[in-house]
Amino acid sequence: MIWDWDYTRELLPSLLHGLRYTVQATLLGYVLAVLAGLLWAVLRRSGNVVVDQAVRWVVEFVRSTPLLVQLAFLYYALPATGVRFSALVTGVIGLGLHYSAYTAEVYRAGIADVPRGQWEAATALNLPRRRVWLAVVLPQAVRRVIPPLGNYLIAMFKDSPLLLVITVPEMMHEAQAAGSPTGRFLEPFTVAAVLFVFVSVVSSVLIRRLERRYGTV
Amino acid sequence: MEPSDASAGVLPKGGTPGIRFDKVVKSYGGNAVLRGLDFTIAPGERVTLIGPSGCGKTTILRLLMTLEKADGGDIWIGDRALTHMDKGGKKAPPSEKHLHEMRKQVGMVFQQFNLFPNMSVLRNLTEAPVHVLGDSKDEAAERARELLEMVGLAGKADAHPSQLSGGQQQRVAIARALAMRPKVLLLDEVTSALDPELVVGVQDLLRDIARQSDLTLLCVTHEMNFAKDISDRVLMFAEGRIVEEGPPEQIFSAPAEQRTRDFLQAVLAT
Repeated sequence: MIWDWDYTRELLPSLLHGLRYTVQATLLGYVLAVLAGLLWAVLRRSGNVVVDQAVRWVVEFVRSTPLLVQLAFLYYALPATGVRFSALVTGVIGLGLHYSAYTAEVYRAGIADVPRGQWEAATALNLPRRRVWLAVVLPQAVRRVIPPLGNYLIAMFKDSPLLLVITVPEMMHEAQAAGSPTGRFLEPFTVAAVLFVFVSVVSSVLIRRLERRYGTV
Repeated sequence: MEPSDASAGVLPKGGTPGIRFDKVVKSYGGNAVLRGLDFTIAPGERVTLIGPSGCGKTTILRLLMTLEKADGGDIWIGDRALTHMDKGGKKAPPSEKHLHEMRKQVGMVFQQFNLFPNMSVLRNLTEAPVHVLGDSKDEAAERARELLEMVGLAGKADAHPSQLSGGQQQRVAIARALAMRPKVLLLDEVTSALDPELVVGVQDLLRDIARQSDLTLLCVTHEMNFAKDISDRVLMFAEGRIVEEGPPEQIFSAPAEQRTRDFLQAVLAT
């Protein structure tokens, strides 16, 4: 028989341990992506041309370079300048910043969708800028962007195996490590793939639920 | 619907400023809407602007609300200019702080209501008094409830705008503007987006507010009967200029200008 169940059972603990890192890096990276993306989008509407253009080009740059290159740069090149993070922190920053370039665009569209009359009513009521954002514009914009933001969580989860190159002991890393000594990769990679599918499907269901709850204005 | 007796207490009284436009110029992308417009509105006066669409009536309200910037000329509210500040005897461009101060005197009701859909009716009315005027939450809520009662929506404080009819939403928008205790109220085609059967209720409400307050009122409307009832004076506009002005009786029954006659005929025919 090609498939070895005993070997599979043996592998499972280290793969699940790896999955913990995968989930951890994805969730923390996602929090960063959601917050930083919001910051980029708001800065782009700051009314200051210099800030607007600077953010625009940074975001464009991040989006135009591969995540793999960014991760390698953060982990292997940046320490040359004295900035050094652990593998996991580097992974979180890398995933978070990379995806913030995409979430920024989602927020931008969500903010642009808030009707002009809302801004005008806020001006007519003399609301300070901070209140206009916090009480009027963002609550309406965020509801509109929950579905696309949720999709980026899953995309990010599927990109997390790239952290393998910066030695984060996530699931792919563990699968490879398990197979290396024996040369048997069938079981570890298959089980890893199944676990990825499992988490993705569960997340999709949760996200669709969130969408139904908040997705309509 | 009659406003309750409480309305006397919640409507602003006293100290209303007049308005003056002095050679005001405004264009949109090379298309001149106002070309050196001059007019004055006395404190507490109620003025309706009529005229064909695109003639600059709404622009006048938007300039007063600082939603647009004039390209030239001066706009005065009371004895202070909206369009500039006095800096050591010289004119300086208005700062955000100056505009903030000036806006405190002015309230506006929009054609599309523009209520905040993410807030309850009550919070639509309390948000600005709490965060702009510094009222306490309780104070603001109490006043908001009085205003809602005045506009006939006492029971809707906890509803969301989407649960209200157009007419109800516009009543809330009127109450929201009044909650800021403005001295000048701008009404921009406030019944144009309403179903016909809801128009009269909102108009009656505004008539009562006009009667019981001494707000300076500036109103853009296509409803000539409403204009007749609510205003002390009617200004007929065409191509960014005042073609004719006078008390409503005169403008509507004996217009002197051909332009006015043509316009009234066209409006009343529909």
